[in-house]
Amino acid sequence: MRRVVVTGLGLVTPLGADVETAWANIIASKSGAGQITRFDASDYACTIACEVKRGDGTNGTFDANKRVDHKVQRQVDPFIVYGIDAASQALEDAGLTEMSEAERLRAGCSIGSGIGGLPGIESESIVLYEKGPRRVSPHFVHGRLINLISGQVSIKYGLMGPNHAVVTACSTGAHSIGDAARMIAMDDADVMLAGGAEGAICPIGIAGFSQARALSTNFNATPEKASRPYDVDRDGFVMGEGAGVVVLEEYERAKARGAKIYAEVIGYGLSGDAYHVTAPHPEGSGAFRSMEMALRKSGLSLDDIDYINAHGTSTPLGDELELGAVRRLFGSSIGGLSMSSTKSAIGHLLGGAGAVESIFCILAMRDGIVPPTLNLDNPSESCAGVDLVPHVAKKRKVKAVLNNSFGFGGTNASLVMRAI
Amino acid sequence: MSETAERVKKIVVEHLGVEADKVNEDASFIDDLGADSLDIVELVMAFEEEFGVEIPDDAAEKIATVKDAISYIDANKG
Repeated sequence: MRRVVVTGLGLVTPLGADVETAWANIIASKSGAGQITRFDASDYACTIACEVKRGDGTNGTFDANKRVDHKVQRQVDPFIVYGIDAASQALEDAGLTEMSEAERLRAGCSIGSGIGGLPGIESESIVLYEKGPRRVSPHFVHGRLINLISGQVSIKYGLMGPNHAVVTACSTGAHSIGDAARMIAMDDADVMLAGGAEGAICPIGIAGFSQARALSTNFNATPEKASRPYDVDRDGFVMGEGAGVVVLEEYERAKARGAKIYAEVIGYGLSGDAYHVTAPHPEGSGAFRSMEMALRKSGLSLDDIDYINAHGTSTPLGDELELGAVRRLFGSSIGGLSMSSTKSAIGHLLGGAGAVESIFCILAMRDGIVPPTLNLDNPSESCAGVDLVPHVAKKRKVKAVLNNSFGFGGTNASLVMRAI
Repeated sequence: MSETAERVKKIVVEHLGVEADKVNEDASFIDDLGADSLDIVELVMAFEEEFGVEIPDDAAEKIATVKDAISYIDANKG
């Protein structure tokens, strides 16, 4: 089987719209949470979110004009804008913005989203209702479709290889990377842009997740305290937005062109809970099998894993069950690893989460430091004996990492990567 | 430049993201301003909103240049 490595990274997050700013802020224990500014949420059960800060590009603000065509920006939903920007960053980082036609025939995209164009579906529905069908935008459909990040990016850079888009709720980003890595391993492509994006901070998005009892509602006055995975006072996730995209490349090709190689993707596991649409399996069996498969495929032993970037969304049930599954799988090896949830800092990027968090895993290996779990003031009883990296980042050896993502519908994905 | 022309030009600049000085009256939306067929549907909708006119599909199909749009609007606005 052909080996697959990561040679480029791109991030748009609530803590910075570029890789280095976002990572520096994560390591500095900053929080991206605040009151919702996109609309008046004062009547909502949850009034807070981790929004991407728009600006002129300085201080980590997001300037869409830098990498996304003006006309495209007007036609598409925010998740597509974030996705195009992160994909462009990743290609620039990899030095692959100018590939030959032969190379582009072997280069593709696998960039998905959990929900897609919810804000646009909401606003155009209002237009339809108030003004009638002849006022609905002609760009309505292709400006909201989930596969249109992959579509737009392929058009921007002329990438004619596989054009794919995963939709597996909060597992999207991890599945996107795993699927794309397999496409390279199976010789369908030599280069793949892979990742996920989300931009669903809009009235119907916040109302919908609130009604599903998924969002934190006890910390509206102190938003930076709301995302607190593993803490006894956690009460739901904080909605985030943004995108993470990596360049995956066949190893021999990357080596031959002298590319900067961040990591190798060596294990990918997938499973289904077959239990409930929103609640995780009560024994965490899906999570367990997903991690076990990824580890088996990687060929590593349990002791080799130094860091787990947990799904850890700060929901009462989910955090506990994931931790239980990790404990069962790792047994006594759990004492040697660190595990944290960066959702404590940037919230839950839903379809973007698995990709953004994979990038944090890669940077943890690059810099020999693991990011913290913020607000872990009083760990649940079940946390005993596990290094959850409370409050502050920690320097340590990080040679191999595991990233977990679990989604509504009972869909689970795990990735194992190692430094080379 | 007539008032209609100025308002048309402003809409075109905003929707197509083109430089204002490229939007002269002889400019073709597709050949000179980079629009595609869906952009024209969107422009026609914006003209309808801005000027309170109705531009039926058969008339919209004949609007190819900035001047075509201005002439149609001047002839049909209330």
